[in-house]
Amino acid sequence: MALYESVIIGRQDLTPNQFEELIDEFIKIIESFKGVIKKRENWGLRNLAYKINKNRKGHYVLLNIDSSSDAIVEYERLMRLNEDIIRFLTIGISSVDEKSSPLMNNKSDRYKSEVVNTETTSPSNVEA
Amino acid sequence: MTQLDIKREALRKPNQKKRKSCPFSAPNTPEIDYKDLKVLTRYVSERGKIIPSRISAVSAKKQRELSKAIKRARFLALMPYVVG
Repeated sequence: MALYESVIIGRQDLTPNQFEELIDEFIKIIESFKGVIKKRENWGLRNLAYKINKNRKGHYVLLNIDSSSDAIVEYERLMRLNEDIIRFLTIGISSVDEKSSPLMNNKSDRYKSEVVNTETTSPSNVEA
Repeated sequence: MTQLDIKREALRKPNQKKRKSCPFSAPNTPEIDYKDLKVLTRYVSERGKIIPSRISAVSAKKQRELSKAIKRARFLALMPYVVG
């Protein structure tokens, strides 16, 4: 068993619920290999720094996984086949960080506020 | 200060500045993480390029970690490859 950290980006036209269900399915794959999910963090719908397959936004989720490498191979293979997943990154880590990551609910993030500025949809959303 | 340090101080030419130390090697500095955009954006230029360590004074070891983190953040579309 080894520790992994995985970030998955889902297509922008999915509803948050559809995306959650999709992630649950991938978690089931890990669990079928006797892997354990140590942490799950939802970063919500974020603006992408550049377009990916015509998507401007994406649903982000971070998973910390303790599983065998076989589970990760299968999980990544299925993600590659799934068209609702636009990108994913899985890296090996030495320990699980219990704190929530800096991206959680970070509204003052530079690229986010930039896009809000240019679109001028609602200036009240912009935080200094 | 030891005897040797004092001598070095005296030998340095008046305009020569002391080399800045690495910002990540000091105690209590955050770990380099691809998710920590606040830290990473400080080490890229306006154009989105990684700033060379000879300018930012980051140590060689930390610069390798930093560039890996920036590249991971770019892959996940958290940071741009190019601006403009």
